[in-house]
Amino acid sequence: MKTKELLLDPIVKNNPIALQVLGICSALAVTSQMKQALIMGLAVSLVTGVSSAMVSVMRNFIPNSIRIIVQMTIIASAVIVADQLLKAYVYDVAKQMSVYVGLIITNCIVMGRTEGFAMKNKPFASFIDGIGNGLGYTCMLLAVAFIRELFGSGKLFGYSVLPLTTEGGWYQSNGLLLLPACSFFIIGCMIWLLRTFRPEQVEKE
Amino acid sequence: MSETAGKTITVAAVLCGVCSVLVAGAVVVLKPKQIINQDLDLKKNILMSSGLYQNDQTIDQVYQASVTPVVVDLTTGEQVADLDATKFDQDKADKDPQYLVELSKEDDKAGIRRISRLQKVFLVKKEGQLDQIVLHLYGKGLWSTMKGFLAVDKDGMTVRGFNYYSHGETPGLGGEVDNPRWKAIWPGKKLYDGSGSFEPKIDIVKGSVNPQSEDAAYQVDGLSGATLTSNGVENTFKFWFAKNGYSNFLAKVREGVIQ
Repeated sequence: MKTKELLLDPIVKNNPIALQVLGICSALAVTSQMKQALIMGLAVSLVTGVSSAMVSVMRNFIPNSIRIIVQMTIIASAVIVADQLLKAYVYDVAKQMSVYVGLIITNCIVMGRTEGFAMKNKPFASFIDGIGNGLGYTCMLLAVAFIRELFGSGKLFGYSVLPLTTEGGWYQSNGLLLLPACSFFIIGCMIWLLRTFRPEQVEKE
Repeated sequence: MSETAGKTITVAAVLCGVCSVLVAGAVVVLKPKQIINQDLDLKKNILMSSGLYQNDQTIDQVYQASVTPVVVDLTTGEQVADLDATKFDQDKADKDPQYLVELSKEDDKAGIRRISRLQKVFLVKKEGQLDQIVLHLYGKGLWSTMKGFLAVDKDGMTVRGFNYYSHGETPGLGGEVDNPRWKAIWPGKKLYDGSGSFEPKIDIVKGSVNPQSEDAAYQVDGLSGATLTSNGVENTFKFWFAKNGYSNFLAKVREGVIQ
């Protein structure tokens, strides 16, 4: 596959959340604000890219019997480094995201890519594939966060767009959108939309 | 690919070695920067509650110029002179058995079980004179422990500002404790009724406070749709300004002992 396809395919054609339905848990937790969603997306992209590349470099040395635990170790190390970087450079956001950064370890997208792609491909291609899947995840997160933040708190990236009644404006915010569970509905609707326009994504019975 | 036990162990060992160096390296290299961030965040919250916060660039400057931390013993209300407050670590003291006071069920209104009898408080001075005091308080809300700073006037009774810096309440409902309009209600409210009583009179009411009411100075609007969070805020105040909390210290402040 070409680099461009590796990078861009996961955004619409083969989106990790919408098509593979991976990484849903964190999509519920960090999508109440665009800023959080963006930082989370970038962190996941970086972790997926770096750990895919590392696994790929080692792929000919990894004994088959311990390959999963080897991948886990690499992913966990990358996540800790990412967490430390966030705490050092974007402290405010890191504070709000608290445990969810550490939980990138459990994000199935990361392990899905190292096991499914990086074990069989060259380091550079694996890196690009990791970043691409991370970007697919980021786009989905941003789309959900856009709806949740705009209609839930009348803001985008923290800037007021729809003035709220509680702050003297006219917009009565929708509290449901601020609760994590509503992301299920939004993601569900998005998958529905995507599969209506791209019927090839519908699973065969 | 041949696979022997020896090779498997070697790969695992090498990988563990490399990963631990990587992780430890990142922690060590980034630690100083993180400490600066935490420190700055704390200072920012102290300044926000006392109304001195201007912008991120001037935090250190304003803090240096006007804030002095001191350590207070809650049981006597007196300043602990032999501890260097700038080096005093509140998080450590909160876990140190020699300072911990276990709370009985009826005393434990804030749902925190035990507190350190030593608390770091922040004296805010204006032109060399004590102007206000920033106190740290925390207690259970609906979902989470809510932590905040309250600035009290030098009279030991009047609230100057209040700000939660950490909580996990429902956004849009209990999370409205962060709403600037709600926080703006606090300045001017009285914690005690002035009779010298150690029981706090401050109260969170359901709905809006009737400004004509005699007790309006002691009452704060509840958060609509968030009764349990509002109760949590009220209980936090009932605890921290009663005998197990800051009441002894604030009595000293009213006497003018604290400079």
